[in-house]
Amino acid sequence: MSNYMDREQKNLLLEIMEYSFALVETNLYLDTHPSDEGALKLHNAYSQRYQELLSIYEAKYGPLRYTQMSGCPWAYINDPWPWEIDFDN
Amino acid sequence: MWIYEKKLQYPVRVYSTNPALAQMILEQFGGADGELSAGIRYLTQRWTMPTNEGKAILTDIGTEELAHWEIIGTIVWKLVKDASPEQIKGTPFEAHFVNHGKSPFPHDASGVPWTASYINSKGDPIADLHEDMAAEQKARATYDWLISISDDPGVTDALRFLREREIVHFQRFGEALRIVQEEMDKKKYY
Ligand SMILES: [Fe+2]
Repeated sequence: MSNYMDREQKNLLLEIMEYSFALVETNLYLDTHPSDEGALKLHNAYSQRYQELLSIYEAKYGPLRYTQMSGCPWAYINDPWPWEIDFDN
Repeated sequence: MWIYEKKLQYPVRVYSTNPALAQMILEQFGGADGELSAGIRYLTQRWTMPTNEGKAILTDIGTEELAHWEIIGTIVWKLVKDASPEQIKGTPFEAHFVNHGKSPFPHDASGVPWTASYINSKGDPIADLHEDMAAEQKARATYDWLISISDDPGVTDALRFLREREIVHFQRFGEALRIVQEEMDKKKYY
């Protein structure tokens, strides 16, 4: 087990985490304001960028979600797992 | 159903080994007003929520709480993973250690295991949403106390993020409650 992740991979993961969090925010807001067009616009823009970043990351480093494709061996299991990552090294 | 995404909702940075602080943080892992209680409470209340806004908000906040539970477990793990038995001895984490080793376990800061009696599901959307709003304030208050005793800047940063989320959740549950009340009023006067 290693908690090391190289800079490039970590930066891409952190960017994905930021978009993912922005989507949590727009999601919750839209749940109770489903007709807010401005919020929907924002949500859709974040969503598009999120999908793009995920495809780049998963093609390079393996699936973050079991529904995605992988080369052999199954790269989903690769370390570090989320609780092992050293975000500062 | 749920799909796991192999990432944390917020990057957890911990700069120290501190079993005593880890034990206190476990309050939010398995305490009455912790993240596990929150997640299970909201997800359980969905079946009897009458409005679509309410069903969505219970589903999505409940799901976010499970991501927070993962963050709390990660803070605890990072605070104890490098601790020697010598460093654990004499700290409030010692009793936890002899039962669970360094694994997080859903109990509160004083070691009382999690129980479903911390939550409720009344089958009544007004009662449930009021409970949820109170739960968010209690979780926010717990984060205030935890932040006041944390001496690790990384831990404090993650706790501040989680505290902010409780405030947003309180706001969203308030909106869901207003929508349910409006629906009920409409039915009464038609
Ligand atoms: Fe919450």
